[in-house]
Amino acid sequence: MTDARERIDEIVRGNQVVLFMKGTELFPQCGFSSRAVAILEHLAVPFKTVDVLQDPDIRQGIKSYSDWPTIPQLYVNGEFVGGSDIMMEMFESGELKQLIGAAAE
Amino acid sequence: MAMSASEIERLIKASIPDAEVEIVDLAGDGDHYSAKVLSRTFIGLTRVQQHQRVYAALGGRMGGELHALQLQTAAPREMTSD
Repeated sequence: MTDARERIDEIVRGNQVVLFMKGTELFPQCGFSSRAVAILEHLAVPFKTVDVLQDPDIRQGIKSYSDWPTIPQLYVNGEFVGGSDIMMEMFESGELKQLIGAAAE
Repeated sequence: MAMSASEIERLIKASIPDAEVEIVDLAGDGDHYSAKVLSRTFIGLTRVQQHQRVYAALGGRMGGELHALQLQTAAPREMTSD
């Protein structure tokens, strides 16, 4: 578990925009993950995805990492931003674009 | 395993007594819900913290027994300001 936490930490710190999701960008395996990918694609920013279904340790570990029980989870600049509902709210208000835009500069 | 809307509402209110809760069964299957939760105790909390309060109220059921809960939270002033 500690090992998974370290690996997650490395991924989160090593990528400006990273989405932990079920499935891949091309083939999301859950409606919430699909919605999260659609939002990021709409913002036209580069992002990394991690398919938690491929790694049970990360799938469990990511839930305690940010004390957040569900997937997807978005991280920008090493900070936990939220799940798909928060992403949608922030997308609609323009906050997400601002946050990610600032991260990309 | 599904949960009833009234059970979700009961759990949220047990933990956040002043909460106004509105739950919609999205698919009519007792497994996909959306919830709006309004509480004065959310004042000053970030969205992430507000959602965490609701997840805590559901006591570990989120992501397990309860698969799909779209969540929207707000403190009273925020929800009426737009």
